[in-house]
Amino acid sequence: MAQALQRALRDAMAEDPSVHVLGEDVGTLGGVFRITDGLAKEFGDDRCTDTPLAEAGILGAAVGMAMYGLRPVVEMQFDAFAYPSFEQLVSHVAKMRNRTGGAMRMPLTVRIPYGGGIGGVEHHSDSSEAYYMATPGLHVVTPATVEDAYGLLRAAIASDDPVVFLEPKRLYWSKARWSPETPAVVGPIGRALVRRSGSSATLITYGPSVPVCLEAAEAARDEGWDLEVVDLRSLVPFDDETVVRSVKRTGRAVVVHEAAGFGGPGGEIAARVSERCFHHLEAPVLRVAGFDIPYPPPMLERHHLPGVDRVLDAVARLQWEAES
Amino acid sequence: MKNSRAPSRIGPAPAGRPVPPYRRGSPAAATLLPEERPFRVFGTPAEAAADPVLLLRLYGGLVRGRRFNTQATALARQGRLAVYPSSTGQEACEVAAAAVLAERDWLFPSYRDSLAVVARGVDPVEALTLLRGDRHTGYDPYRHRVAPLSTPLATQLPHAVGLAHAARLKGDDVVALALVGDGGTSEGDFHEAMNFAAVWRAPVVFLVQNNGFAISVPLAKQSVAPTLAHKAVGYGMPGRLVDGNDVAAVHTVLAGAVERARSGGGPTLVEAVTYRVEAHTNADDATRYREDDEVAAWRAYDPVNLLEGALRDRGLLDDEAAARVAGEAEEMAARLRERMSADPVPDPMELFGHVYAERTGQLEEQARGLRAELDASADAAAAPGRGDAR
Ligand SMILES: Cc1ncc(C[n+]2csc(CCOP(=O)(O)OP(=O)(O)O)c2C)c(N)n1
Repeated sequence: MAQALQRALRDAMAEDPSVHVLGEDVGTLGGVFRITDGLAKEFGDDRCTDTPLAEAGILGAAVGMAMYGLRPVVEMQFDAFAYPSFEQLVSHVAKMRNRTGGAMRMPLTVRIPYGGGIGGVEHHSDSSEAYYMATPGLHVVTPATVEDAYGLLRAAIASDDPVVFLEPKRLYWSKARWSPETPAVVGPIGRALVRRSGSSATLITYGPSVPVCLEAAEAARDEGWDLEVVDLRSLVPFDDETVVRSVKRTGRAVVVHEAAGFGGPGGEIAARVSERCFHHLEAPVLRVAGFDIPYPPPMLERHHLPGVDRVLDAVARLQWEAES
Repeated sequence: MKNSRAPSRIGPAPAGRPVPPYRRGSPAAATLLPEERPFRVFGTPAEAAADPVLLLRLYGGLVRGRRFNTQATALARQGRLAVYPSSTGQEACEVAAAAVLAERDWLFPSYRDSLAVVARGVDPVEALTLLRGDRHTGYDPYRHRVAPLSTPLATQLPHAVGLAHAARLKGDDVVALALVGDGGTSEGDFHEAMNFAAVWRAPVVFLVQNNGFAISVPLAKQSVAPTLAHKAVGYGMPGRLVDGNDVAAVHTVLAGAVERARSGGGPTLVEAVTYRVEAHTNADDATRYREDDEVAAWRAYDPVNLLEGALRDRGLLDDEAAARVAGEAEEMAARLRERMSADPVPDPMELFGHVYAERTGQLEEQARGLRAELDASADAAAAPGRGDAR
């Protein structure tokens, strides 16, 4: 996936001279995850810039650059280090178009490596998507496959709206059949995909939890469950259509993510599904999420992250019988 | 560790002391330090040399600016504006900031700087739209190259840096001038913007209007730096201290900083020492945190009177000319009153405008909901005998 992301950046920069990459260590080092490797060499320091170490400054400067017609792609080094830039994101990036009655666009992309499962120490594994989802004016996108890593990033950079592009860290090294010769640009962002079709229940998920759900679906087959897996790919805009179509067919749904459950994305998704599919539901929409705790130390994270077993437990609870 | 060889009697020849291989980024601090006292023109030899045409132009700006402030304050009292943060006493900074910029340059104002925005050429009603409350930004930022008035403190400063940087990358000799208050200099964004600007040698000028207070908090509780201009030195850019009530001085210093930025010299931090003679906004009670004497002393050192005195002393202004300028300002105020006399009626459907380039499904659905609510209440109002009971 890392390679696909890098290729997406390179192709975008080659195609459009207004695309600029900036962030901490993105130049000579190529980023701590090497996503920007080689870009400074190929396009120069002005196109791929090592900035001072200040996230609000980076994002704030990117706002000014976007005002002047550039398409900045900002790299935040890790999820929890994006927080200093939160005010710029919420007060300006998300609102500039609206504040100016459409006169000022913010075609910028904020790439954030997010989520756990890589044994990182604290502040290196947060799932912060709910904060971004709760901010009108932002698009929030997260790939789960190598193809999407390329396609969605290209779409994000091409978008005239600001996109928070969440990169699941633990999928960076996932190897999949992907031919870098013919990378595909996906359509406009905002469409979910059925990754596996099934008929007994829908697992609604995204990013790092997609492989978990696919594995759970395989395991459930032995128990006679035929699970459908919907990969949201985009949290904002939210693809109600694909999700609703699936749940109406299967009649049961579990939302799976590793972000904390309370106030997390799953609550919103479950509510939307309940509102739209009430008469089709055989059971309440369930959630499988990370615990409501600050991200745990690496030796404990496997207890926190929702894995296949927890997903299967939830599926079992879908055999729901109303109390009389 | 033990030496394997026996020590010789004379020992080794003394080597030169090792020099630590430090790296330095910036020029010597001394060249960046601000002046001991704020730079002034009025009352100094520089006054006689000041360009009369420029002074008269600035005079018109100050008189109109003062009138704009009193008129907008009155409009706020009448409820025509939700609030008005007056810049009375600070007009020299506002007017000079607009006057030093070329058409292609950009101004980055904060919420107190409607006057600078108007002086830049923006329609006064459009400049007041944010405060009036019918929409956030009344003007097209690209038309006059004025960024939206920024309410979160100091957040506009990194924008100015980014824009100036982008312009330079594109080969345009554009300068960005950003305004911030004394309180705003404590914000992280202020410091990050200064540092970015210095490292990038961005063509930016930061103008701190030190008006003594951040709402109720006096400068002494805000910062213990010798001056706010001194903050520049740590970032490797020059700090300049100027008398913020002396419009000729502010203009001179800002023009120098803009020129420096334009010619590739990098950013400058200018601190203009001035005073907020009115309350923070019309909603604030300034008597709770400051003494009348202090306010009176600053009222006596008024930027408009200061310039007017200098012009009259040099025979550049007489009663008749002063009356003409005052008359123009009065007309401007009358037009403003007239145009603000009715409350605007914004279209509720505008709520969903310009959130995204393309409206999302969620917003589409909510917009349909509001449309239905509006239609229903319009029908109810139209139906005889079924007036809205609420
Ligand atoms: C980030 C942020 N914090 C708090 C406020 C509330 N606030 C509005 S004006 C103000 C004081 C600002 O003082 P200063 O920067 O000196 O500017 P002045 O109002 O004196 O022009 C405060 C605290 C704000 N607008 N933004």
